[in-house]
Amino acid sequence: MSLVSIRDVRKSFGPNEVLKGVSLDIAKGDAVAIIGRSGSGKSTLLRCINGLETYQSGSIVADGIEVAGANTNLRELRRHVGMVFQQFNLFPHLTAAENVMLAPTVVNKVSKAEARATAAEVLAKVGLSEKMDAYPSELSGGQQQRVAIARSLAMRPKVLLCDEITSALDPELVNEVLRVVEQLAREGMTLILVTHEMRFARDVGTKLVFMHHGKVHEEGAPKEVFAAPRTPELQQFVGQVG
Amino acid sequence: MLQFSFWDILSNLLIATQWTIVLSLIAFFCGGIVGLVLLFMRTSRIAPLEWFTKIYIEFFQGTPLLMQLFLFFFGIALFGVEVSPWMAATLALTFWTSAFLTEIWRGCVEAIPKGQWEASSSLALSYIEQMRYVILPQASRIAVAPTVGFSVQVIKGTALASIIGFVELTKAGTMLNNATFRPFLVYSLVALIYFCLCFPLSWWAKKIEGRLNVAR
Repeated sequence: MSLVSIRDVRKSFGPNEVLKGVSLDIAKGDAVAIIGRSGSGKSTLLRCINGLETYQSGSIVADGIEVAGANTNLRELRRHVGMVFQQFNLFPHLTAAENVMLAPTVVNKVSKAEARATAAEVLAKVGLSEKMDAYPSELSGGQQQRVAIARSLAMRPKVLLCDEITSALDPELVNEVLRVVEQLAREGMTLILVTHEMRFARDVGTKLVFMHHGKVHEEGAPKEVFAAPRTPELQQFVGQVG
Repeated sequence: MLQFSFWDILSNLLIATQWTIVLSLIAFFCGGIVGLVLLFMRTSRIAPLEWFTKIYIEFFQGTPLLMQLFLFFFGIALFGVEVSPWMAATLALTFWTSAFLTEIWRGCVEAIPKGQWEASSSLALSYIEQMRYVILPQASRIAVAPTVGFSVQVIKGTALASIIGFVELTKAGTMLNNATFRPFLVYSLVALIYFCLCFPLSWWAKKIEGRLNVAR
């Protein structure tokens, strides 16, 4: 059974239809890389999965919770579906550890001591043990993004959504973030990544999805899809970026 | 006829100044509490709550404070409830202050980047939790300077309470003028006292603003 099931999802911003019937199944342990041109609807699709965007028709079920409009139990959904953003979005008035501890203490009512232990564990996992008490402004972009990943991990999500998480980073900082994601994939974390890192999508992804004009244009095992793109659009796209 | 020395005038004005200060403090703190509640309603994205606060703010910002004082003073009396000038002044100034503070603070909340809302939403925080732990701690930093700046308006606003008979600084000035027939002296002193109350606040507000600009 799939952990995230997306069925014929359609979404418009005003007259502009950005998702034109997207269907996708994501199994536990999958690392799905979604690629495509800007404006192809990949980020919108990702944001529909945790309810940051609503959609007009179709259905999305994530970890057994139907994501559908105003009646969705968003709190329950988001406890199990984490998200990491392009712009990190760390809370600037809190230290790295406090950023990580906030949701466990406030949402899950975990004690401060227990949350701090979890923070230490997840920050160690992203290689930032020594930065627990640093404020975001004292960290590099790559470090901030790793704190953001740790912040999501502290909620023990079943699925982690990553929205172009290396796009705002200086080139030399990209790899430290990708290494963390790669490690998560190896440990069996279910990941859905919107990415422009083609090499990463090919080497780390278990599944590749190419979106084009609001639809899943091509999908399959990354190495096969990259080696032999079936559609001219993907051939062209791979030729341009790869 | 009773003679008033300069010191008599000044000491009487200073006694009345206490009431200006008390009225300002009450209006500011009660207005702040009401304003905070309204702020939550105004930014809640719940349509009826937003509409209510919009109309409330438009009313109190779009009509003269003096009219509001009259409405509270004479309006409540229509329902057979006796209203003292003190009560009417407190209520009117509280609501008037809350409307302005809500708008000032809403601006500060909206200055917080959208990503902060999205990130805290994605961590399953509710709206109230987002405001309390993520948005307000950041918004309050930028709100301090304009809030202190506005407190000057509250102090000057209390002068209007003299018209419904509440004896504060301005009213005391009027009464002393009637007794002494020395309007220029009396009102100069009144103005000077207002200035001494307000100037430190506006100076402080400027200072905080400058410090924030350096930090960014």
